[in-house]
Amino acid sequence: MTETTPNASTAGTTAAIHPEVPRLADRLVDQLAFPHRDTYHQMVSAFRDVGFELCADVCAVDYLTHPGRTLPAGVTPERFEVVVNLLSMSMRQRVRIRVQVPESDPSVDSIVDVYPGADAMEREAFDLMGIVFAGHPDMTRILMPEDWEGHPLRKDYGVGRVPVQFKEAPGPR
Amino acid sequence: MSEHDDREQAEIGLEDTERAHREAEERALVAETSEGAQELMPRGTTSAGELRQEVGAVLRLPEGGYVDPGDIDIDRRDDQTMIINMGPQHPSTHGVLRLMLELDGETVLRTKPIIGYLHTGMEKTGEELTYVQGATNTTRMDYLSPLHNELVFSLATEALLGVELPPRAVWIRMLMAELNRMSSHLMWMATNGMDLGSTSMMIYGFREREMVLSFFEKTTGLRMNHNYIRPGGVAADLPDGWQDDVEVICETVLARTYEYDELLTGQPIFRERTEAVGNISAEEALALSVTGPILRSTGVPWDLRRTMPYLDYNKLDFDVIVGSYGDNFDRYSVRLNEIRESIRMVRQIAEMMPPGDYRVQDRKVTPPPRARIDESMEALIHHFKVFTEGFRVPEGEVYVAIESPRGELGCYLVSDGTSKPYRMHIRAPSFVNLQALPLLLRGGLMADAVAVISSVDPVMGEVDR
Repeated sequence: MTETTPNASTAGTTAAIHPEVPRLADRLVDQLAFPHRDTYHQMVSAFRDVGFELCADVCAVDYLTHPGRTLPAGVTPERFEVVVNLLSMSMRQRVRIRVQVPESDPSVDSIVDVYPGADAMEREAFDLMGIVFAGHPDMTRILMPEDWEGHPLRKDYGVGRVPVQFKEAPGPR
Repeated sequence: MSEHDDREQAEIGLEDTERAHREAEERALVAETSEGAQELMPRGTTSAGELRQEVGAVLRLPEGGYVDPGDIDIDRRDDQTMIINMGPQHPSTHGVLRLMLELDGETVLRTKPIIGYLHTGMEKTGEELTYVQGATNTTRMDYLSPLHNELVFSLATEALLGVELPPRAVWIRMLMAELNRMSSHLMWMATNGMDLGSTSMMIYGFREREMVLSFFEKTTGLRMNHNYIRPGGVAADLPDGWQDDVEVICETVLARTYEYDELLTGQPIFRERTEAVGNISAEEALALSVTGPILRSTGVPWDLRRTMPYLDYNKLDFDVIVGSYGDNFDRYSVRLNEIRESIRMVRQIAEMMPPGDYRVQDRKVTPPPRARIDESMEALIHHFKVFTEGFRVPEGEVYVAIESPRGELGCYLVSDGTSKPYRMHIRAPSFVNLQALPLLLRGGLMADAVAVISSVDPVMGEVDR
C-alpha cells in the first residue's frame, strides 16, 4: 500500500498500452504507469480490459513550484499532472496512472466513456485546476460558482487572507 | 383630452415602470443565484452526451456501445415535462445539496445534483498547513466520521515518512474508527427514519449516537472534529476505565439495534417505502465508482478492511455485510448490520488491546511529554520545532485508502520535502457516490426521492470540501 516503485512501462511504447497482470507479491504495492498524453486513453481502456473494474480517483497536481520531481527515464516533466487511481477488485491491486499535461495546452482525453464514474472527478479537476478533458459530455464547473475566474488549486492562484482582528486592536470605526 | 384620460395615462406609465423595475429585480436575482451551465437544461438545449450522463450515466451495452438517447422517453417532449428545483435549503437533502429534477407528472426522469454550496477550499488550505496541523483540517470534511478523515491523512503522512507505529496506537485507532462507524451509521439511521416519517427513529438514533460521542469527548476532549489521530500516533491515551465505557456502549447499542428491528425492519409501511425503491445493480455501481454500503448492498463483498487490510484489521474476526437487490432496504440492512459488526469488532479490540505507547517516540514526529520540557533543553527545542515548523517529510507521492462509513476514503499526498504537503487530495466517498443519484432516482416517484437521497448518505461537508 505504501511503497511506490516505478513500473517498467514508459511513455509512448506499446508495452505501456498493454499492462501486464501484476504478480501476487506485488498486490499490496501500487503500480505506477506514465503514459504519454496521446496513449493515455488507450492505456486506461487496456487496464479496464485486464480487470480494473473501478476508477477510484481522478485528480490533478500543479508542479509549478516543484519542477524537479523524480520521474522515470523517458518522461518529460510538465507543469500539470493528471493522476488516475484505478482499482481491480478481482486482483486486489491498485494502479496509479500519471499523465504529464503541458501548461500551454492543459487538456487530456476524457475517460468518461471507459469509466462513467470519472464524470464528477474530471469536472472537479477542470474546476479547480483548469485541465480540460476532451470528450467529456458536460465540462462545467462543479464546486465553484459558474462565473468564477481562475482555477483555485493552481499554484499561481493566491490564497485569500482575512486580517485577524485582535481584541485590543482598534476597531474599524 | 379630459383630466380623467391624463390620469389614466399616468397610471399606466407608473405601472410600466413598476413592472420594469420588478423584472429588473427578478433578473438580478436570477443572475445572483444562477449556476449557468451547471444547471439542468431542457432537453432541446442538452447535447446527446450530456443527456446520456443525466439519465443515469451507465447506459452502456455489454459490447461497449451506447444506447441512443433518442430512444429514451421518446414519447415525451420538452413541453410535457417540468424541470423543478429542490434545495439547496431543503430539510431532507442533508445539508446544502441542490437537485434539479425533470418530472413527468410524479415520475422523475432526469436529475442533476448541483453542489459546491459548502465549498471552502480545504484542499488548498491543506497546502498551507503543516503535516502537524493537517489533521485539524481534514477532520472537518466528513463531520460525521471525523476520525476516519484524520486516520487517512495520518496514514498517508506516515507512509511517506516511513514511520512504524507502536501496536497500541494502531489498536486505539481501530477502536476509535469502529466506534465512529457506529456513531455515523446511527446518525444515518436517525436521519433516514426522519426522511421516511419515523420521528421516533430520529430520536433513538441521536440518543445512541450521543453515547458514543460522550465517550469521544472523554477521550479526545471534543464531540466532533477531534484532531485525535495525528501523524505518529494518537493525541492521548485512552482514559481510565475505558473498557467499562466501551462495554456499556456495545451492550446498549446492540440491544437497541433489535429494537430498531421491531420498529422498522418488519414494519409494513417501512418495507413498502424502501423495498424495490432506488435500485442499482452491481455493474452500474462499479461503473459509477460507487463504494461503501451502496456497493455492498448490490452483493459485491468489497470492504477495504477485509480485502486490502490496513491497520490490524486482518487480526479481527468480522463479516462483510452484503445485500442482494441494491435497493433502499438493502442499504438500510447493510448499515444496520454493520453497526452490529462494529460492536463485535470493538469488543474484540477491547479484549486484545496491547499495552505500550500510544504514539511513536520519535522526537522529530511527535512532541515530547509535557513533563520533559521542564527538565530538558532538547525536549523544549523539539517541542518548539514540532509546533512551529513541523517536521519535514521526504519527497514522494502516495495514495492511501481506507473504508469510511460511506465508502473508499482516499488521500493522495504529494510531498516536495518540506513540512507542508505540496498537494493534498481527498477522494471523498460522498462526492463520488452522489453520481449514482440520477440513476437511483430515474423512473421513481418524486415522493421516493427524499428516501433515496437519504439512502446514499451524502455528507455535504465532504462532498464540497
